[in-house]
Amino acid sequence: MTELLSPPLETDAPPPARVTGRYRAGVPAWLLLLAALCAATAAIPLVYLVVRTTEAGITELLDTLLRPRVLQLTVNTVLLAAAVTLSCLVLGTICAWILTRIRLPFQRTLLLVSALPLAVPSYLAAYGWLVWFPSLNGFWASWLVMTMVCTPYVTLPVAAALRGASADLESVARTLGRGPLRAFAAATWPQIRPAAIAGALLVCLYSLSDFGLVSMLRFQTLTWGINAAYGASFDRNQAALLALVLVVLALVVVAGERRSRRQVDRVPGRSTMPARAPGKASLLYVGLLIAAPLGGVVVPVVGLLSRLLEAETLRAIDVPRLIEAIGATLGLALAAAVVAVLVALPIAALAARYRGRLVAAIEAVGFLGHALPGIVVGLALVFFALAAVPMFYQTSVVLVFAYVVLFMPRAIGSVRSSIAAVPQSLGDVSRMLGLSPFQTWFRVTARLALPGIAIGALLVAISAMKELPATLLLRPTGVSTLATELWSRTALFEFGAAAPYAAALVLVAMVPAVLLSGIRGTAREN
Amino acid sequence: MRIPLTIAGLVAGAIVLALAGCTQAAQPATTAEATSDGAFTLYSGRDEALVQPLIDQFEEQSGITVEVRYGNTAELGALLLEEGDATPAQVFLAQDAGALGALSNADLFATLPAQTTDAVPAGFTSTDDTWVGVTGRARVIAYDSEAMVAADVPTSVDAFTDPAWAGKFGIAPTNASFQAFVTAYRVLNGEEAADAWVKAVAANNPVIFDSNRAILAAVNDGVIEAGLINHYYWFAMAAETGEANMRAQLSYPEAGDAGSIVNVAGAGLLAQAAGDADALEFIDYLVGAEAQQYFVDKTFEYPLIAGIDAPAGLPTLDSLVNPDLDLADLETLADTQALLGKHGLI
Repeated sequence: MTELLSPPLETDAPPPARVTGRYRAGVPAWLLLLAALCAATAAIPLVYLVVRTTEAGITELLDTLLRPRVLQLTVNTVLLAAAVTLSCLVLGTICAWILTRIRLPFQRTLLLVSALPLAVPSYLAAYGWLVWFPSLNGFWASWLVMTMVCTPYVTLPVAAALRGASADLESVARTLGRGPLRAFAAATWPQIRPAAIAGALLVCLYSLSDFGLVSMLRFQTLTWGINAAYGASFDRNQAALLALVLVVLALVVVAGERRSRRQVDRVPGRSTMPARAPGKASLLYVGLLIAAPLGGVVVPVVGLLSRLLEAETLRAIDVPRLIEAIGATLGLALAAAVVAVLVALPIAALAARYRGRLVAAIEAVGFLGHALPGIVVGLALVFFALAAVPMFYQTSVVLVFAYVVLFMPRAIGSVRSSIAAVPQSLGDVSRMLGLSPFQTWFRVTARLALPGIAIGALLVAISAMKELPATLLLRPTGVSTLATELWSRTALFEFGAAAPYAAALVLVAMVPAVLLSGIRGTAREN
Repeated sequence: MRIPLTIAGLVAGAIVLALAGCTQAAQPATTAEATSDGAFTLYSGRDEALVQPLIDQFEEQSGITVEVRYGNTAELGALLLEEGDATPAQVFLAQDAGALGALSNADLFATLPAQTTDAVPAGFTSTDDTWVGVTGRARVIAYDSEAMVAADVPTSVDAFTDPAWAGKFGIAPTNASFQAFVTAYRVLNGEEAADAWVKAVAANNPVIFDSNRAILAAVNDGVIEAGLINHYYWFAMAAETGEANMRAQLSYPEAGDAGSIVNVAGAGLLAQAAGDADALEFIDYLVGAEAQQYFVDKTFEYPLIAGIDAPAGLPTLDSLVNPDLDLADLETLADTQALLGKHGLI
């Protein structure tokens, strides 16, 4: 894991005259243009939503918006997103602290295990819980399962940031008589906060946009309303309006994240806190660490297995078909990861080095896709592809593009902070030694930021593997991924036939999750 | 600049390769004139496990290749509306009449030949021949056999307004077949009675689900005592878990009760495929004896043509018929949704 994942180094204070300033004045036009172009890809769904919404008359809009039910759905959505974000932030930070500050046995394994919930799609997790507790439903159930599934989004970057954080101030605070908690809060938290909040942002946007889990656990959020509008009313305008409400919520969240990211100062010193022996509390520590993997992986997977054993129609596994689905899943996820990182790079480079309203707007737009349910992004790209590039419609090109729109935000955050961690002074030295800006970028900045870029790519790959609604809409006719195969079998109670695909999906998605927990910050120049 | 360009070239090459690895050629555009090219594309809102064996059988007999795109009916309906004339699909096979009606309303369907639609009696097919009903599914009450005996199961949906049922029964108000049933209630009993029923049910603390399937799973797990679903879900679940292991059982509301209506699944020919002989042959096949018998045997649905018997153990279709009801009438569907919205159910 790298300290570059979300290093605690960004500050929005006016750049001092010294070369350590993080932000530069005067954005180069080419970078601004390139970043704006890349962000425009994420804005396609927004354009589509506005087109659809304006098709409805203003009275229809108001009628829909003012229905008490829309208010209720919005309140439910906000409550769930806020609660999940908060609990993931707390649990993830605690887990990261334990992983980096406590000397537990099998430390490496524990880190790996704490990344595993990433590999389980939320709908599968919810389904697995229902096997054990069929009456599970509503807010608390959704909150619990979603928290389990999402906690690694905070744990991993915070653990990385903690490893890179300077412990000097915390030691000073302890010396001056502060208790361990207060010393941590005063000295270390400000350093890891950007990482924690960037992770929390992903959790928050994810819980805004998720449909699989809330539909299984019967908690009615805006995504439930959107799906109902398509499914029962065939009312695309109403669905678009509800999706726009989600967009507004997402913009508020992204703006909030950007604001809170700003107030951070660079902390001098390089010493790290020595890991403590766990003492009597070791059981508690391990318990906290494995809570999310237990709830997010073990409970659902064992539940699924038990259904498999009960199934009467256990069929022979169609091996070639399974392999074909694995191949398609891997190929699409790989392509999505590469393209998403390429598209995220200019946005991240811009946001890492420059400030201003335009920069903020470009970054915010880049995050939009993550707040929208897959069905909305899928339909937006149907609309867009048929209008602009009909020859690519129902080919992998458009599907990969949809993954990019949906999951690019997961790359932007980690790439941005890894670029921000590369000292500007290094670039200046490189320029002075005669390298062009491009050469400097590839030889210095990109190389040092590589771990963060890899993390972004892995996060995108995991998400793309698990994606269902946009895949169903956009996949080439006849091509199936593990997620679509799983869907087509669970729709009919065919647990026996579904199990190999569920197992394969979790196993395949575990590969990037394990890699993710293993990336270390070796690229830092010191 | 040389090095960055090389890297960029390699990356671009990698992407192209990755994409080429899993890219299939785009579907060729179809034309409107009468043609037979030995192939067509089907969008199926019905599950692959149920439909694919039938399609394999059709392909073998006719020599026509069928490209199938599976999805759920609602999403494929939305997809077809979005695609409009540019759709690569020639035929849409849907789970419910509402989706077919929505596409028909948007003028996306071609008119089917009378000989195709005449095979199916009125009330189970479109009124304007834009789509044809393929199978029927009865609305039923699924109940928890450990909580009550068959004789105690309500014979009318009106029972669920009784406070004794508060919090113990499940409905899926956003589901198309539930809304079709409420529409039937309005047609059969009048607007006032329907308003009173929806209001009373909404106030009786119903357990809200998003699908029939989820209701049945909850009844079978003893989470709720009863729920309003379509009959064939029970048979699908029984096939998986074993009929003897089914805790949920079915009760058919008495004939004439709005709760006993029959919904249909059906198929339509997309407008831009008008005259496509291959696609038409398939639709004819769906309402032919062989396919109808297949649906009876494999999915336990009602056949819609004369001469094929309903699955054993089901009430006869005649006892459940509501000939006055146009299942695809979206005007009236909108009224139903307004009613459900008024009382906070959707």
